[in-house]
Amino acid sequence: MQTMIEVEGLTKVFTLHNQGGITLPVFSGIDFRARQGECTVLFGESGSGKSTLLRSLYANYLPSRGSIRVRHRGEMVELTGAPSQTLLEIRRETIGYVSQFLRVIPRVSTLDVVAQPLRERGVDQVTAHQRAGELLERLHIPQRLWSLPPGTFSGGEQQRVNIARGFIVDYPILLLDEPTASLDQRNASIVVELIREARQNGSAVVGIFHDAEVRNAVADRIFEIAPGDKTQDKAVS
Amino acid sequence: MMTEPLLQVKEITKLYAANKGCANVSFDLYPGEVLGIVGESGSGKSTLLSCLSARLAPDSGTIQYRNRAGEMLDLYGLSESRQRQLQRTEWGIVHQHARDGLRMGVSGGANIGERLMATGERHYGNLRATAEQWMSDVELDTDRIDDKPTTYSGGMQQRLQIARNLVTHPRLVFMDEPTGGLDVSVQARLLDLLRRLVTELNLAVVIVTHDLAVARLLAQRLIVMRRGEVVETGLTDQVLDDPQHAYTQLLVSSVLTP
Amino acid sequence: MTSSPVRAGYNFAYLDEQTKRMIRRALLKAVAIPGYQVPFGGREMPMPYGWGTGGMQVTAAVIGHDDCLKVIDQGADDTTNAVSIRSFFRDLTGVDTTEETEAATLIQTRHRIPEKPLHEGQILIYQVPIPEPLRFIEPSEVETRKMHALEDYGVMHIKLYEDIAQFGHIATAYAYPVQVNGRYVMDPSPIPKFDNPKMDNSPALQLFGAGREKRIYAIPPYTEVRSLDFEDHPFEVQRWEASCAICGSESSFLDEVVMDDQGNHEFICSDTDYCRTRLAQQEERA
Repeated sequence: MQTMIEVEGLTKVFTLHNQGGITLPVFSGIDFRARQGECTVLFGESGSGKSTLLRSLYANYLPSRGSIRVRHRGEMVELTGAPSQTLLEIRRETIGYVSQFLRVIPRVSTLDVVAQPLRERGVDQVTAHQRAGELLERLHIPQRLWSLPPGTFSGGEQQRVNIARGFIVDYPILLLDEPTASLDQRNASIVVELIREARQNGSAVVGIFHDAEVRNAVADRIFEIAPGDKTQDKAVS
Repeated sequence: MMTEPLLQVKEITKLYAANKGCANVSFDLYPGEVLGIVGESGSGKSTLLSCLSARLAPDSGTIQYRNRAGEMLDLYGLSESRQRQLQRTEWGIVHQHARDGLRMGVSGGANIGERLMATGERHYGNLRATAEQWMSDVELDTDRIDDKPTTYSGGMQQRLQIARNLVTHPRLVFMDEPTGGLDVSVQARLLDLLRRLVTELNLAVVIVTHDLAVARLLAQRLIVMRRGEVVETGLTDQVLDDPQHAYTQLLVSSVLTP
Repeated sequence: MTSSPVRAGYNFAYLDEQTKRMIRRALLKAVAIPGYQVPFGGREMPMPYGWGTGGMQVTAAVIGHDDCLKVIDQGADDTTNAVSIRSFFRDLTGVDTTEETEAATLIQTRHRIPEKPLHEGQILIYQVPIPEPLRFIEPSEVETRKMHALEDYGVMHIKLYEDIAQFGHIATAYAYPVQVNGRYVMDPSPIPKFDNPKMDNSPALQLFGAGREKRIYAIPPYTEVRSLDFEDHPFEVQRWEASCAICGSESSFLDEVVMDDQGNHEFICSDTDYCRTRLAQQEERA
């Protein structure tokens, strides 16, 4: 299986300049790999830096030291220090990211929110809307809500809209930050299905799952971030 | 693998006094890209925007622009007439105060048609049809076509200003606080409109704003300025979620989230 | 020694020689750049601004002993303004004056171009109130000069556009903007647009003087003068249902004259010389 993400010696320290310059070390010297067709679950205590690592993989957080390389258009590309244009291109084509919260844009309909990643790749509106509709249906978002902006939806509905948006493109790398956090059993199992499908389609999935059941259902590997620098990477039997 | 930049800015400096203006600003802007310039009032954002849009010659540095024909032009090596030609064909400039960007004494339709007339359109019927089309594109009631902008609300004036700029299908639009001074509900509508137009027309945009929410919504990349200097640049979400510079951290932490 | 034809104590044509030279230099520049407004050091004339001080200074600068001067105001030789300016120059130059268009070498005019075709060697001098055609939309002189320099004339059609939007047709009837020699946009002074076609490729030299604004501009003989318009709303001159009540002309510019307190009115030629000539021809034939 091809390596899709290769992290070496990754260190993240937050420096709060306006709090007297105090530093908050999160993790240091992390080595990590994610492979094609595998789902790697990031595991660890609250505050161990799972989300920070995930966000670093999306170039949302800037590493303090170390290297993050991802396979983009067939070649390993270094994210740290890459020009913005390259990062934007990688996000458009290679890496999908589903955060815990949906960033709502006023006046944009649910259908358009979900279809947007496809539209940005140049897919026509009819096809993009059709695909968005299929996903929303699977995730039990009633059709009468599709034309509304998701701003007034419940937390669980917003989360599902966010998931639909993340899964609408078959990204080679898919990063998931607690996608099932506020979902009921029925919808959580749909997300598990979606993750398995993505994996079967060859995606490298990296995720944080609070729920043990979901975690066990999808994990091929568990990457444990322990306090200090005792991280562990082990396959699930 | 990448297309060539539309705008190449190298070490632009324009100082009125120490720390007044902008110093040593460099960046590339690519087709279809939205670049936000953020920072507090007086940080040099608007000065930089004026330099970029050929309205204020910098003290030093170069700005190169790739025109529709693919030629790389040195902006301040061009004659003023070529600069103006760029401004009214390939570029758009959206001012914070609509009255700076509109002709308040003539009708909405004439405001939209002006650029077309300046570039040689001499058919009244076509001008009229185009003006009506653009009015509906920016969600203005076409019945208001013959009314003067003085009778429009602030939000309508701003949308008229946008239509007036986009009518020649520019490739690059400069915006100076386009949502400043508008009611929040009007702002949201305008932002949504801008977002849609930017995507549909594949516009490259340089937008100056002090509103980080506006920046997050519209811009892919950010430049953070303080006292005339660039203190931080990067992807918008990276700069806002993991700010590195003390000033950016202050800026981000000062925003109230409702 | 014969007595001077010029009133004692005055220089020939009122202005001193250096001033006339200065104006002639401005005129040469204006002729060299058709339609371009040349600033000049306008002098005080012995009459108020708005009475034709610009036109008079141009006339004073070009008039010579051999000239024959005609002065018209709204086409008429016999209105107060025309009569005073004519007698002013007769008094201060001693040159011949005339009311016949074809006999004149210099014609100073306010608001009209004579109906009879002009010929080579004649000079038509316009009195101009506001020389800047862009003024209506751009109050800044700095900016309008820049717009001329950069041929930034998009705004000129705005006025015509607004006319059509408001009235369904181009309602501008006076001071209708023209483009001279394919370059400068020019205000032809408040002549009716009826006269605009006469400026195009005229064999006569046309000089424009604005006294208050201190600008001079010119159209050399045989220069293209195009009235601005739209493809689907082409330039058109005024037409009248009526004909002249005096000479019966159907092709001249007519003035409406109220005849009595009942509101009865007639139309008569605005060009008095043209009307008189036609009448004389008709009497001769009869």
